[in-house]
Amino acid sequence: MKLAVSIAAVAALASVPLWLRDPYLLNALITTGIFVIGAMSLNLLLGFTGQLSLGHIAFFGIGAYVSALTSLGFDIGLPGGFRIVHEPWPPLAGFALAVLVAALCGYLVGRLSFRVRGAYFVIVTISFAEVVRLVALNWVELTQGPLALTSIPPMQVGWPGLGEFVFRTKLHNYYLVLGTAALCYLLIARLVDSQFGRAMRALMENETLAVSIGIDVTRTLSIAAMVSAGIAGAAGSLYAHYMKIIDPEVFAFINTVTMVIMVITGGKGSLAGPVVGGLIFGLMPVALRPVMAPEAQWIAYGGILIAILFLMPRGIVPALARHFPRPNPAAPEAFANRDAKESA
Amino acid sequence: MLEVRDMVCGYGGVTALHGISLEVKAGQLVALIGANGAGKSTTLRAISGLVPLRAGSIRFHGQDIGGVRPPRILAAGLAHCPEGRRVFPHMSVEENLDMGAYLRSDRSEVAADRDRIYSEFPRLAERRKQAAGTLSGGEQQMLAIGRALMSRPRLVMFDEPSLGLAPNIVERTFAIIRRIRDSGTTVLLVEQNAFAALDMCDYAFLLESGRIVLSGSGAELIANEHVRKAYLGG
Repeated sequence: MKLAVSIAAVAALASVPLWLRDPYLLNALITTGIFVIGAMSLNLLLGFTGQLSLGHIAFFGIGAYVSALTSLGFDIGLPGGFRIVHEPWPPLAGFALAVLVAALCGYLVGRLSFRVRGAYFVIVTISFAEVVRLVALNWVELTQGPLALTSIPPMQVGWPGLGEFVFRTKLHNYYLVLGTAALCYLLIARLVDSQFGRAMRALMENETLAVSIGIDVTRTLSIAAMVSAGIAGAAGSLYAHYMKIIDPEVFAFINTVTMVIMVITGGKGSLAGPVVGGLIFGLMPVALRPVMAPEAQWIAYGGILIAILFLMPRGIVPALARHFPRPNPAAPEAFANRDAKESA
Repeated sequence: MLEVRDMVCGYGGVTALHGISLEVKAGQLVALIGANGAGKSTTLRAISGLVPLRAGSIRFHGQDIGGVRPPRILAAGLAHCPEGRRVFPHMSVEENLDMGAYLRSDRSEVAADRDRIYSEFPRLAERRKQAAGTLSGGEQQMLAIGRALMSRPRLVMFDEPSLGLAPNIVERTFAIIRRIRDSGTTVLLVEQNAFAALDMCDYAFLLESGRIVLSGSGAELIANEHVRKAYLGG
């Protein structure tokens, strides 16, 4: 049942370019898809470990910059007269490095802050994003600062000589993003369902008990942060190679807030939640633009956000799921409410 | 089996345990009694590695476990059943039991142990697919005990197993704990219900303001004038 819905959803999304020819709308779908991947990665942390990363865009932006710099090459001087010269590599290598570097950063941030968790993690992630933004802004020799990195090559797979494919058009990029999103979804679904996933859930439900059965809190949360940051880095890489230009604005706080909104409205802790929330809040500005003045658009955006949270406090997907019978019994509503009161 | 020597622990600037020593012999049911805030839970938390030692030593099976990380202490056979909320509420009964075997990799043995616990607690078998948060308080306590046993401990520490339970359920819980001892697993029991704990234990320690002030067999402590006045209501 769940698998059928997922396949139907991917098939429906795959068919979109067949009947939607408008390049503007296709562009909106691609950027939304990239942010949906970011939201899925945020959901892995927020929804399955309860830890809020308010600097999640940092991992996304690191992925974007690493991928762009790897495929553009750079030549920088370091203190002491050293020079590092990097010749351009294929974009796919940039993608791989983006995932690795972002994941490493996620692991380190987690390792540093998960000894104390909660509010501390929120603050550390905000600070981390701000520091990374300042580095991107001021290390002009490497990042071009506010002048932006330009002429980033499009994503490309294959090997020189053995046949290559370059994702040049919007149509190519649409399927690239859809494919990556589906893979990330599968990866997160598998992870959440594994022994490691149960450890994450156990930690969120009752930390004292989780520790008593031998779960290593810092290690578990750091690994979750690592995977989450790695996926965000993958999204950032796609973003860089699609937009072909990135500047330090990519680290703007509002981008993290957008991802949080996508996760919360869609339903944190549900796999499909960030996809549904992401599609709604990613495409809403596009849908509102032709019918409203710019000021009214943001008022409507806020109004719809409040309405969704008021009517479906646990998110759209959990609210809908309640109307369908589920094979595995979850806690009844009365119990969930009691739990919410307890934690309040 | 478990030897604690001059253990000092605290939280921040507060010292909760001022050098306590106690011993649990293999096969015994040992009770640790005392008033609220005497340091009973801290003692258990320190033994399982959740609170760092400031001084003293803890030996388990001749092995020094002071400063060892909690998962390794559990893997060495020392389980801790903490007080308060006892189960993972949104997980099923079966998942809760399986979580108890989190550190074990012998899947088939784990399944066999789970079946043994179901035969011990048929109520849990009936509700194996149900979310643990929907169980009654007594059933949750059975589940918590079952989960603690799933790690195949040699020594299991129970922290306030009677807390918040109806009197007849408390009685059943104590009967189960006695049975665990009788089946060969050593038990260290922290209880506020001093009479019940002293009545069923092989040996007992009385903790007051972070110090062990008295120890002896259950019968000796029940007969003690100070214990009668302060803990048994006359």
